Amino acid sequence: MSPLGIRLERCAKTFPDGTRALDPLDLEIRAGETLVFLGPSGCGKTTTLRIIAGLEAPDAGGRVLFDGEDVTQVPIENRNVGLVFQSYALFPNMDVRGNVGYGLRIRGVSAAERSARVDEMLAMMRIEALADRRIDQLSGGQRQRVALARALAVRPRALLLDEPLTALDAKLRDTLRVDIDALLRRLGVTSIYVTHDQAEAMALGDRIVVMDHGRVAQVGAPRDVYYTPATAFVADFIGTMNRLQGRVENGQFVTGAGAEMLFRPESVRLAEDGPIAGTVAAAFFLGDHTRIFVDCSGRQVIVESTERREFARGAPIRLSIDAASVMTLKDTP
Amino acid sequence: MRQRGVSFWLLLGFTLFVCAFLIVPVVMSMLAGVTVNYQTGISSGFTLRWVAQVWEGYSDTIFRSIGIALACLACTLVLGVPAAYALSRAQSGFARAIEELLVMPVAIPGLATAMALIVTYNTLGNFRTSWTFILVGHVLFTLPFMVRSVLAVLSVIDLKTLEEGAASLGASFRQRFFTVVLPNCRPGILAGSLMVVTLSMGEFNMTWLLHTPLTKTLPVGLADAYASLRLEVGSAYTLVFFVMIVPLLIGMQMLARR
Repeated sequence: MSPLGIRLERCAKTFPDGTRALDPLDLEIRAGETLVFLGPSGCGKTTTLRIIAGLEAPDAGGRVLFDGEDVTQVPIENRNVGLVFQSYALFPNMDVRGNVGYGLRIRGVSAAERSARVDEMLAMMRIEALADRRIDQLSGGQRQRVALARALAVRPRALLLDEPLTALDAKLRDTLRVDIDALLRRLGVTSIYVTHDQAEAMALGDRIVVMDHGRVAQVGAPRDVYYTPATAFVADFIGTMNRLQGRVENGQFVTGAGAEMLFRPESVRLAEDGPIAGTVAAAFFLGDHTRIFVDCSGRQVIVESTERREFARGAPIRLSIDAASVMTLKDTP
Repeated sequence: MRQRGVSFWLLLGFTLFVCAFLIVPVVMSMLAGVTVNYQTGISSGFTLRWVAQVWEGYSDTIFRSIGIALACLACTLVLGVPAAYALSRAQSGFARAIEELLVMPVAIPGLATAMALIVTYNTLGNFRTSWTFILVGHVLFTLPFMVRSVLAVLSVIDLKTLEEGAASLGASFRQRFFTVVLPNCRPGILAGSLMVVTLSMGEFNMTWLLHTPLTKTLPVGLADAYASLRLEVGSAYTLVFFVMIVPLLIGMQMLARR
């Protein structure tokens, strides 16, 4: 089956108690891409996912289109979308095999075909050894693999993942993230991924939709969102952002009169002859780099340095920032 | 070995005393049911005469009680499980109010409930003289126990997400209910069933008013026997009650554990 293209037209969501979870949203999700909804909790990202899945209906006037066909009124069981939840939502009354084969059983697939397909899924997720385990005998990472296998077993037209890695510990999160990335690339299935973790969003997304208070703040490739944030919210939510007042002179940023300029910690160089003077307020050695908090006449600048030397608290330091890596925001006051 | 303190022996003594307090009357009563003459004591010899007499005169009450208990179980399953499911899904204050109101028949004295039923349905065809009249009372009284047990299980599992998962895999409401909801409610359903059967079997308060001479249940017959026949017969009745109900309850417990 060719990948599914999804379009949201003026999809808004107001809950019965009057809370506006989502402002009217227009969005095109391209066939085969991985789109990540990123934002803090309560920003409307999960609501959007639930509208696409068919678990919530958009407010009157909103439409959800699958390959141009209006599916707004189609219930989730007929939309053929795979769902993966933060809490896994595996059926405790069935073993791993039963869970993975559930969708096929519901569709009336014959036992032999079902068994073959389940085996294939278990092999793909590398959990063949767990086939006959009960759900409560599995670790969190194993459960999420089962959940992925279960969602993919029915060959869904799109895969929707709601914070699938949030409940796992950091190390497991990293491995599973790599696996999910490989899986989505290989299957080429249209995927919608909801997360509050910017590293996850950057690693997995072809495009990222940054959301804030029920509104889309920016849509773009990870690089666009990181290097050219559209709003102050995006600038601060993704990565670390420094702000200083100043202007560009001779290809370098200098402090003083001018606009508020933004720059990332990694674009600051430590230079003896740098135009910006400051003192080390604190320094944290993190192994691969040192994170230095520099006090620049009352304003704090965060710098990342790969130099091996120690940075003493209170020591004077000079910084230089390339003009190409400073940015301004249209909406910055 | 560590020397046991005085408090240990005091506690042990107290525990044994309480056990004896509860168990001795049961044993006495059972013995009374099989002695020839209780006034004379065990020396008068043992007999199964009283048991036979009870069986002859009251076996219908035993089977009626079992029948009503099972019918009551069927009703509470059909009404209570979907009700619990609906209540757990509904977040409204109205649902919470219903949940509280459901326990009213337990709080209100059985006599009052029975009177209300009689006053309301006395003239409704043969309903008053049918065993189903008693059944209605029993269902009213036991329903909250079924609903509460199932609700307790539902409050622990995230059924909403489980159902959403099943729906995303193509399951219709009916398929979800039978493949996901019911199997995961099982512990609550079994615990509730045990309560319902036990309570229905032993219910006396309400049944005393609801019964007619032709629709006596076991506990009502028991009261009858105590009041109008000799002590040995009443005791034999207790013995029969015990022998009938204990295997039933043990069987249900084993089913629930499986």
